[in-house]
Amino acid sequence: MKSGWLGIFLAIVALVAVVPALADDPLIFTDAETEVRYQQLTVQLRCLVCQNQNLADSDAPLAQDLRQEIYYMMQAGRTDDEIKQFLIDRYGDFVLYMPPVKSNTLVLWLMPAVLLIGGALVVLIVVRRRKLNPGGQAENS
Amino acid sequence: MIGRIIPIIAFVLLGLLLAVGLKISDHKTVLPSPLIGKKIPEFSLPVLGQDDRTVTHEDLIGQPFLLNVWASWCVTCRVEHPVIEQLASSGRLRVVGLNYRDQPEDALAWLAYFGDPYALNIADVKGRTAIDFGVYAAPESFLVDAAGTILFKHIGALTQEIIDTEILPLIQSSGISPQ
Repeated sequence: MKSGWLGIFLAIVALVAVVPALADDPLIFTDAETEVRYQQLTVQLRCLVCQNQNLADSDAPLAQDLRQEIYYMMQAGRTDDEIKQFLIDRYGDFVLYMPPVKSNTLVLWLMPAVLLIGGALVVLIVVRRRKLNPGGQAENS
Repeated sequence: MIGRIIPIIAFVLLGLLLAVGLKISDHKTVLPSPLIGKKIPEFSLPVLGQDDRTVTHEDLIGQPFLLNVWASWCVTCRVEHPVIEQLASSGRLRVVGLNYRDQPEDALAWLAYFGDPYALNIADVKGRTAIDFGVYAAPESFLVDAAGTILFKHIGALTQEIIDTEILPLIQSSGISPQ
């Protein structure tokens, strides 16, 4: 089941990522595995020029350069983590779409949980009040 | 009573959150460089217009300098150009150019037309060294001390104010002012 979903995900990624990537710099992959890795990696990385696009989608010259660089690093046998670190060392954590958990990103990571729990508490309190006081609508308005 | 106050408080909090967000978003496109406090990256590139002369990171070390990343296709570089020219002619700081992703003939024509304030121009035609400097937009300027450590980076056009309030004080406080 899990691999089925992964397959669908990869198919979508391939559709979205390959077409623009091939348009400007045809990179030749000797094996399918590396090609899939390349596609997965470039959608996780942000284009620094147009900051709401990923590296796979962007047509910016810098994105082309960085795609080329990632391709070379893959050919040289570097791992995904090494390639990400290469980019973080130069551009900072911002190149990652998924920021690492750090003291300055804690709010970002914890806020959804806080909001979810807070919302659940509000709903709980409202429901309880209505149960205790079925005629409460009139009192509120 | 409390039931009526809570929505108002929630509204004020939301308003504050959005106000803070708007304020931060002004600076969103300017990213802090992870290279500040580090040594300049290694490179070996030709001098602009002199393909037989190469310059390396080691050649630049020994005296503080401003590395200005520019290109002939970069419109903002033209806006910044008089400020760079004035800084260079004041003799207070050496200005080195990194000509980024440019055709050397276009770059030379640009310098001939607007004036050449640079002590030296490095030709990074492929933009590979610029990646090592974390460059993502031109113009960008790096202040480097005599030991080759990056002290400060500015993205976008330099202004006289930035030079006076940030760059020059930094060279003075590093105690290695030229002359």
